[in-house]
Amino acid sequence: MRGEADAEPGAGRARAGTAPASTAPASTVRAASRVAGRAATRAWLFAALIGAWWAWSAGSTSVYFPPLAKIVRTLWAQWAVGPARAQLGSSLEHLVLGYAIAGLAGIGIGALLWSLRYLREATSPYLYFLYVLPAPVLVPAVITVFGIGAAMKVVIIAFAAVWPTLLNTLDGMRGVDAVKLDTARALGMSGARRTLAVVLPAAAPQVVAGLRNSLQVSIILMVVSEWVASTGGIGYYIVTAQESFDYLGMWSGILMLAIVGGAANLLFVLAENRLLYWHYGARAVEGRA
Amino acid sequence: MMGQAPQPPVVALKGVRKGYPLRGGGQRLALADVTFDVARGEFACVVGPSGAGKTTLLRCLAGLAMPTSGTVEFEGTPLRQVPAGVGVVFQDYGRSLFPWLTVRGNVDLALKARGVARDSRPARIAEVLASVGLADAGRSYPWQLSGGMQQRVAIARALACRPDLLLMDEPFASVDAQTRFGLEDLILRVREEFGVTVVFVTHDIDEAVYLADRVIVLSASPGVVSEVIDIALPRPRDQVATKRDETFAAYREHLLGLVMTR
Repeated sequence: MRGEADAEPGAGRARAGTAPASTAPASTVRAASRVAGRAATRAWLFAALIGAWWAWSAGSTSVYFPPLAKIVRTLWAQWAVGPARAQLGSSLEHLVLGYAIAGLAGIGIGALLWSLRYLREATSPYLYFLYVLPAPVLVPAVITVFGIGAAMKVVIIAFAAVWPTLLNTLDGMRGVDAVKLDTARALGMSGARRTLAVVLPAAAPQVVAGLRNSLQVSIILMVVSEWVASTGGIGYYIVTAQESFDYLGMWSGILMLAIVGGAANLLFVLAENRLLYWHYGARAVEGRA
Repeated sequence: MMGQAPQPPVVALKGVRKGYPLRGGGQRLALADVTFDVARGEFACVVGPSGAGKTTLLRCLAGLAMPTSGTVEFEGTPLRQVPAGVGVVFQDYGRSLFPWLTVRGNVDLALKARGVARDSRPARIAEVLASVGLADAGRSYPWQLSGGMQQRVAIARALACRPDLLLMDEPFASVDAQTRFGLEDLILRVREEFGVTVVFVTHDIDEAVYLADRVIVLSASPGVVSEVIDIALPRPRDQVATKRDETFAAYREHLLGLVMTR
């Protein structure tokens, strides 16, 4: 997951040197084969590991380590066409909602604190305290207030995941080049326009780094919140399966979780490459100069 | 233009003093006492040794910094912010252009910020890009262009709102010599085309003499105006012919003496 995520922006960098204009068929074919080649250089290890697991577990009779083939069959039967689909749906709902709130609140509050210096200086020690506080310890408190329904899970995810985005937004905005701020003033931009049209885009690479971090925290907290007190979700499914000695079910849940995490990261990277096209492009040019 | 009936100056500095507070109290004085006017249509170059407060002076002229004492008037009113009639070109195009916007987007943002109506913006963008020779580069990103082209984007952006006054802070200091000559001629041409008054800060004496109607010499830190020299070289100027002129050499020698000894 991590390796994949790190490699993608690099791919963006390699592409960025060429102007986006050329669309001739020959270059499209070349581009497609480049993409395929890049995918191959990245996917071989993944394929090899899956293959090794498949071969190594094929003859297994242990109930704890069932053959991968069986796990995949269970995965299909449970999660694709079976009853666990509802669990997947509820997990994803909480994840998407909690992460969206964390992202928007993180950027919004970060921008607000950046523009209100006195508030920022007064709050910054607490922000860093909350940032380093392991979020799972808050679960009991949140349960006390919000019960064990969907709201509790969304609140936990949003609360835990807001900090990386918030602090990165604040840092990123503070680090914006003074010349860019002067330029914005020289162009006669109002304060609000300066923030939205100059400071926020200039800070975007760091904001996105924060959002990536928040995504990982969101996924972790999605599972943790379902473990602790819940009647649904992937995390709940895995724990229940393990407690009822349904090891096939447990493994299928773990695999499902890996798929969710991988897919979320992939989507993130695709969005990042599009949003920060200019950043990787400009960096590639700097690197050449 | 300059020979007409007396018009109020575009900018007037009176006793401008600018200090920056120091950490241990007190202040570091960047400008001690600067007084001069720039007439409408004039091309004024400000030269001085490094540390003379040239950039501080330009920031005060632009309304980006307020003088500690003294006044800066733009078209008769004291400056509080950057007025709509002023365009600024900074030295480092890599830092002043917005890399997340295309060339068009950079110019468009300037028009938007000054409230130019949406339907008239595309024509204005095309016009101003054409006049800096970038008619075809609108869809590129700044970082896909050469240094000289990027600075032309910055010039186009500053001119987009048709300012009365163009302020330039060592704009050609980070491009190679040949590109610089091209940009110097471009700015002379564009100034005619837009009828804009220019205040151009530079450390390059040759550049100042080549471009200016008048050269304002700042002394070493803290800056005061040590001399103002009218440049009586004929226009249009030419990189080869003008610089071969004996008068050019005389101005150059005189200015070098002023800047080097202080």
